[in-house]
Amino acid sequence: MSPELAITLTILLPAAATLLLAVLDKRPNLREAVSLLTAGALFVIVLGLLQTVLDGAQPTAHWFDVLPGLSLAFEIEPLGMLFGVVAAGLWIVTALYSIGYMRGNNETNQTRFYICFAIAISAAMGIAFAANMFTLFIFYEVLTLSTYPLVAHKETDVARKGARTYLGILITTSIGFQLVAIVWTWVVAGTLDFEQGGILADKIDPTLLPFLLALYAFGIGKAALMPFHRWLPAAMVAPTPVSALLHAVAVVKAGVFTMLKVGVYIFGIDLLATTGAADWLMWVAAFSILAASIVAMTKDNLKARLAYSTISQLSYITLGMALATSLGVMGGAMHIAMHAMGKITLFMCAGAIYVATHKTEISDMDGLGRLMPFTYGAFFIGALSIIGLPPLGGAWSKWYLMLGAADAGQIIMMGVFMVSSLLNIAYLLPVVARGFFMGNTGPLAYSVGAAAVPSKGIQEAPLWCVVPPCLTAIGCLLLFFYAGDIYTLIEPVAFPEGTSQP
Amino acid sequence: MWDEMTVEFFVNHYNYWMTVILMMIGLYVVVSRGNLVKKIVGLNLFQTSVFMLYISMAKILGGTAPILTDNPNEVYSNPLPHVLILTAIVVGVATTALGLALIIRIRESFDTIEEDEIFDIEQQMAKTSHPHAETPNKC
Amino acid sequence: MLSSLSAHMPVLQVIVLLIAAPLCALFGNRHLAWTIAFIAALAAFVISTFLLGSVLDGSVISYHLGGWAPPWGIEYRIDAANAFVLFIVSLIGVLVLPYARQSIEREFEASTHTYFYTCYLLCLTGLLGVAATGDAFNVFVFLEISSLATYALVAFGAKRDKRALTAAYNYLIMGTIGATFFVIGIGFLYMVTGTLNMADLAVRLAEVGDTRVTRVAFVFILVGMGLKLAMFPLHLWLPNAYSYAPSAITAFLAATATKVALYVLLRFTFTVFQFDFPVQELTFEYVVMPLALVAMFAASIAAVFQKDVKRLLAYSSVAQVGYMLLGVALLTEAGLTAGIIHLFNHAVTKGALFLAVGCFVYQIGSSRLGDLKGIGKTMPWTTAALTAGGLSLIGVPLTVGFISKWYLIQASLETGSLWIAGLIVASSLIAVVYVWRIVEVAYLEPAPEGRKAKEAPLSMILPTYALVAASLYFGINSELTSSAASQAAKALYSATDLAVPPMQLTPSDPPSEGAVQ
Repeated sequence: MSPELAITLTILLPAAATLLLAVLDKRPNLREAVSLLTAGALFVIVLGLLQTVLDGAQPTAHWFDVLPGLSLAFEIEPLGMLFGVVAAGLWIVTALYSIGYMRGNNETNQTRFYICFAIAISAAMGIAFAANMFTLFIFYEVLTLSTYPLVAHKETDVARKGARTYLGILITTSIGFQLVAIVWTWVVAGTLDFEQGGILADKIDPTLLPFLLALYAFGIGKAALMPFHRWLPAAMVAPTPVSALLHAVAVVKAGVFTMLKVGVYIFGIDLLATTGAADWLMWVAAFSILAASIVAMTKDNLKARLAYSTISQLSYITLGMALATSLGVMGGAMHIAMHAMGKITLFMCAGAIYVATHKTEISDMDGLGRLMPFTYGAFFIGALSIIGLPPLGGAWSKWYLMLGAADAGQIIMMGVFMVSSLLNIAYLLPVVARGFFMGNTGPLAYSVGAAAVPSKGIQEAPLWCVVPPCLTAIGCLLLFFYAGDIYTLIEPVAFPEGTSQP
Repeated sequence: MWDEMTVEFFVNHYNYWMTVILMMIGLYVVVSRGNLVKKIVGLNLFQTSVFMLYISMAKILGGTAPILTDNPNEVYSNPLPHVLILTAIVVGVATTALGLALIIRIRESFDTIEEDEIFDIEQQMAKTSHPHAETPNKC
Repeated sequence: MLSSLSAHMPVLQVIVLLIAAPLCALFGNRHLAWTIAFIAALAAFVISTFLLGSVLDGSVISYHLGGWAPPWGIEYRIDAANAFVLFIVSLIGVLVLPYARQSIEREFEASTHTYFYTCYLLCLTGLLGVAATGDAFNVFVFLEISSLATYALVAFGAKRDKRALTAAYNYLIMGTIGATFFVIGIGFLYMVTGTLNMADLAVRLAEVGDTRVTRVAFVFILVGMGLKLAMFPLHLWLPNAYSYAPSAITAFLAATATKVALYVLLRFTFTVFQFDFPVQELTFEYVVMPLALVAMFAASIAAVFQKDVKRLLAYSSVAQVGYMLLGVALLTEAGLTAGIIHLFNHAVTKGALFLAVGCFVYQIGSSRLGDLKGIGKTMPWTTAALTAGGLSLIGVPLTVGFISKWYLIQASLETGSLWIAGLIVASSLIAVVYVWRIVEVAYLEPAPEGRKAKEAPLSMILPTYALVAASLYFGINSELTSSAASQAAKALYSATDLAVPPMQLTPSDPPSEGAVQ
């Protein structure tokens, strides 16, 4: 299969699957089989592309021109490859998990759910492989719109309201700021192609750079930079698989991935470093990291806590870009993968707890760990990875981010990373501790959900709710040992010819 | 240019003044009268003023009607505006006819041709849950 | 035979419709009338497609009516700008007819259908005539043909809601005032130049220069056309007229009537008056642009608070006219291109939206938001069309709305005004609000008990989807529209280069003694 065809397939395959899914509305088994098969096939294709990229090639595909000079085109570079592998790989896990969760909860409108899910993945692939900002923006918007029905899935007043916030903020920022920034770039640079070293050097008055960067940084609402983070907690009304894949992986990672792309390929790290245009962004990101962590500690709802944790972790990546050093970019890119793996574990565990017990508040979850050891075990590993302890994947990305801060001479930013790690411990580990060590307060009614028999011993959620988080927990562990491969993949981006390597 | 505004200037351009006065009367009637028929009358006045504007500008001092004669040096008025206005009059008549026809239909369904009474009825329709009613916007 | 016919194409598309219109009424059979109307509209569409194809390279077709050479005779002058408008109008005209045939069945008595088709064809005649002609006074005549037919068409909605009558009446009053203003402007131009041919006018006006008379003429024309194209705050006739007119007519008018009026304004602004006339620059910069910006916000906000989808979309139309005027008021070629491309894109989008709403009216007899709860489940295709159109209104990528936004923002950034770009996106965010009100109601609210609505008939769905498809296709591949729009902008800017050389009129035809210098 030629790389060009492969790229096209990664986008069209999930999109085409939606048709099959729609036809199979009344036959859930077949429908879910299609969903899984597509996920598997997509992953295989992406792996094939990964091999090509690791060999040093940058496969391209050109679809057609939308406007004169602005085309829908794709080019796989290492950053996009990384994001693509993460999204495609975790889709399989989530597809498995969705089956357990959606059936365990007897959700309605499941076909619509799977269709929107597939479109979202298709859009994520488009974002990952986009060759220019224009293509990226188009798929960015497709992603926003296709996830709206997922967030509003329950069709209750709360869901509608949450979905409204979700769409409102994402559309406002993307059309209100990002589109302006893109057109501005187009007007001054005459191109929107992603190029190593950026396209803006010498094209624009340096004093305007921070302003343009602000339009991008806040325009990429999916990166949840404060004060445009409200949509993320609001979107937690969605069913947990949605929160897991979309709000730990596809949507938010699309946001920070775009941020990295803009920093590396539109502005160029050198330009940012020499003009200091991103200095202010560093502080905003640092503020987001700390503020969101503190808010997370106050949240008793488990998913809300995880949501704020996500906001905080996303700003790590933004901060990595804003540091404007090679190591910062490396750390940021790595964190995309590491955080995705860790956070999806946590979300799936939260979902498993909900399916088994219908509990959402952390204070109600005392002692659950002894009943759901696998779920809580996975949660523990995921939490440690987020905190950044070896031997888990999260350790590496934090390591490189700290190195980046040191390299840029930003001691304060190193401090921010340290403090935030402590805060991570403070808001994540109590969940585990309560689960394992606190006694059961009050009568427990385990009569809801799938695990219906109230008794001692293990009472896990349905099998397909528990296996995926365990898999990703193992993934966190493996990432620690295979971080070198990610390093090799990202190396050409972070350290282009001529830059010194540590 | 305003210093030329002498009596002579004023008198020499009397056709414009008449046009302006007639036009303003017409517009005023359209805006101020609540009676739909009177509005149409105002509209006619308004249009007539424009007809006058065209006709008067075609006039050439000492000119006769633009009819072909044997005299090659015959001075005659410009016939083109006359033709234009003939067309405009036809349009005006059509407009008036359509307007009056509409008024008849309005009278049949609203039982009045007074604008404020119609407005009240429409407000009423908006309030009562008429199948297709909602706030009429007359701002 | 064919070649001699094709030489007459510029006028044929008008004539065919003009002849077909009374035929519809004379035969008295509604099925026959529809067939005649459809064939005539189709013929007009074919001709205008052909015309567009032959002028897209920048050439100009000049047709002399009755063989009288301009500037004495009436000239039909087709360049890229009006060929584009002709194409849009006749496209919508032919698409709406099959839809109308079905939708008017439930809107008024079968006995009046023949008159409906007559009015429809007359309206189309007028609109095409306005666009095709190169004679200033001829514009007025065709404008009134179309307007008079429009008033009657709006009044056809009276069977469903008697307020259609007052809406039509108010429209008549406002429209006539606008047309009369326009005639006054033409009169002034004639006074100083002695000609009515637009190309000739351009040449002579350049000689006359910037006098008080030309200024007054320009302002009269601007206000007159402003009334016709619903320029804020001259839009007051529009919401009622669109709300109470028959569904098919609302779609037709929204997509064509205001667009043609805008074309006339552009033609006069850029071709007849040169765009660097000082009074024009000032007017556009300090009057039209602020008004356009106000329209974008005020009308959008008004749309948010409407309870009826038709009326909501009507207010949205006022806002969208604001976008077009904004593009034009930038007074650059890029801005003009943006305005023109939005003219097309909005025609397609709004046409699709109003047609979709018409399907609701046909099936459940109402377009009120409260009656559309949960309609997404019972009429999925119509609702999907409405949603697609709504997304285009917002300007989501892969729809034509996005192309418009892109061009507009680009044009405003090129003139260095970031704040205008900011206002453009800010106002399109209000569009998110009103579009999403519809989407939420249609998809996320539970349907009321006992509603037996089913999907609209195919003859209504198909035209709707034709326009939806167009709004998606031209959003994905905008090559045709963007090249046509930029070609049109060029044509408007450079029409004087191609103008006939100035010709002396007969000495007996001087400006009158009263012409103020």
